Amino acid sequence: MALKPGDTARITVQDLSFFYGNTRVLHDNCLDIADKRITAFIGPSGCGKSTHIRTYNRMFALYPGQRATGSVQLGDVNVLDPKAIHDIALRSRVGMVFQKPTPFPMAIFDNVAFGLKLLGISGAELEDRVVAALKNAALWDEVKDRLKESGLMLSGGQQQRLCIARALAVEPDVLLLDEPASALDPIATARIEELVQEMRGRYTVVIVTHNLQQAARVSDYTTFFYLGRVIEHGPTDLIFTRPTEQRTEDYITGRFG
Amino acid sequence: MMHTDRTYEAELLALRDRLVDMVGQVELMVTEAVKAVVERDAQLARETIRLDRRVNRAEVEIDEACMLLLARRQPVASDLRLVTTALKMVTDIERIGDVAVNLCERALDLAGEPPIPVIDEALQALGLLAAAMLRKAIEAFAERDAEKAEVVLDMDDDADERYHQIVRALAQRIRDDPDKVEQNVALQSAAKQLERIGDHATNLAEQVILLVRGQDLRHQGKLA
Repeated sequence: MALKPGDTARITVQDLSFFYGNTRVLHDNCLDIADKRITAFIGPSGCGKSTHIRTYNRMFALYPGQRATGSVQLGDVNVLDPKAIHDIALRSRVGMVFQKPTPFPMAIFDNVAFGLKLLGISGAELEDRVVAALKNAALWDEVKDRLKESGLMLSGGQQQRLCIARALAVEPDVLLLDEPASALDPIATARIEELVQEMRGRYTVVIVTHNLQQAARVSDYTTFFYLGRVIEHGPTDLIFTRPTEQRTEDYITGRFG
Repeated sequence: MMHTDRTYEAELLALRDRLVDMVGQVELMVTEAVKAVVERDAQLARETIRLDRRVNRAEVEIDEACMLLLARRQPVASDLRLVTTALKMVTDIERIGDVAVNLCERALDLAGEPPIPVIDEALQALGLLAAAMLRKAIEAFAERDAEKAEVVLDMDDDADERYHQIVRALAQRIRDDPDKVEQNVALQSAAKQLERIGDHATNLAEQVILLVRGQDLRHQGKLA
């Protein structure tokens, strides 16, 4: 599961297993997520890709009865260990955007400022960083004259970019996108995909998607999950032209039973 | 394993079958053209030239089918290699049809000329070899059998050697009897067409190996 020459690992996953109560849903996942590159997770429903990604910011810890074993190393921190890094610190380093847009019921500006305020940022710096985040999320031109309007007034695609801006505002190392475009129309999807590609070289992005063409279009690396296991992980150019594993080939060509 | 989408599966199989059928057409052209050359049969040459129209039509239709598959199905992995391989193979196959037409034109040049058993037999053997290479290459494609495709690469060495033997024999005949240059040059050209058909069959075999193994054998040691 080597990375391409010149790429380094931002996240190193070793022997990650995951349990809902007594049910084991991830089995000894090992994976290197390349720094400042885009990695796509693909696989059929229930294969464990969302469960896997939710360990990176310890989202699962919000739910009783869920636990992870092994390690997810972000720099020198094992993020599975609550003593190693606090929830808020972790989630500002590892941001997340979900399938359905989740704007807070507050002004556009305040949506983006929310996490920054939690970190104690205020005044001119707060304004500068909100503007920068909206620009990074390719939303600034559409909202610059209506920053005081509710985020809920935006279209679905704009709401999703607002959520990306909110995540980027705290300058995370890693951005997790769990099917970020599956509820959007093709134009809004294209904007999100363009935005994701602009993040290459600046952020480490992991995107879960059911849309294989989307994975092929936007990602540098693709990981195929099946039955809670990492079946194949490699450069997207290879996975979509010459995959090594027969199960990957069968899945991406639509031969899965 | 079959595709979950049966229509897609049928479209890919149809593409494969059309290529196999097209190779069948050019293989017939090659064997008939060789016969027209060695039997000095102008009528057969003219009939064989007319077969090229069907080959041209097949090229246009297969190109169109590939475009539609790319646009509508967005094939990946081995399916993608099948479609891109088909697009390249169809060009080689159509070219074989053109070369068979050239061969028929040499048969028209040679009509009425006396037989030269030693050369005619050598041309006949080279023609059979070229046709066998085509058949082997397309079988390898239909069966996705890279080892069978490799046999074609070996056969091409044999074809090249046979071609050079014919050229040497014809050169000697020209030296021995300079008044008969035209007939010998026409025979040399016919041999060259057959050697070219072997090269096109080799291209097809290399494309099959790329399709099956994802391994590119083209231009080994000759890439910038």
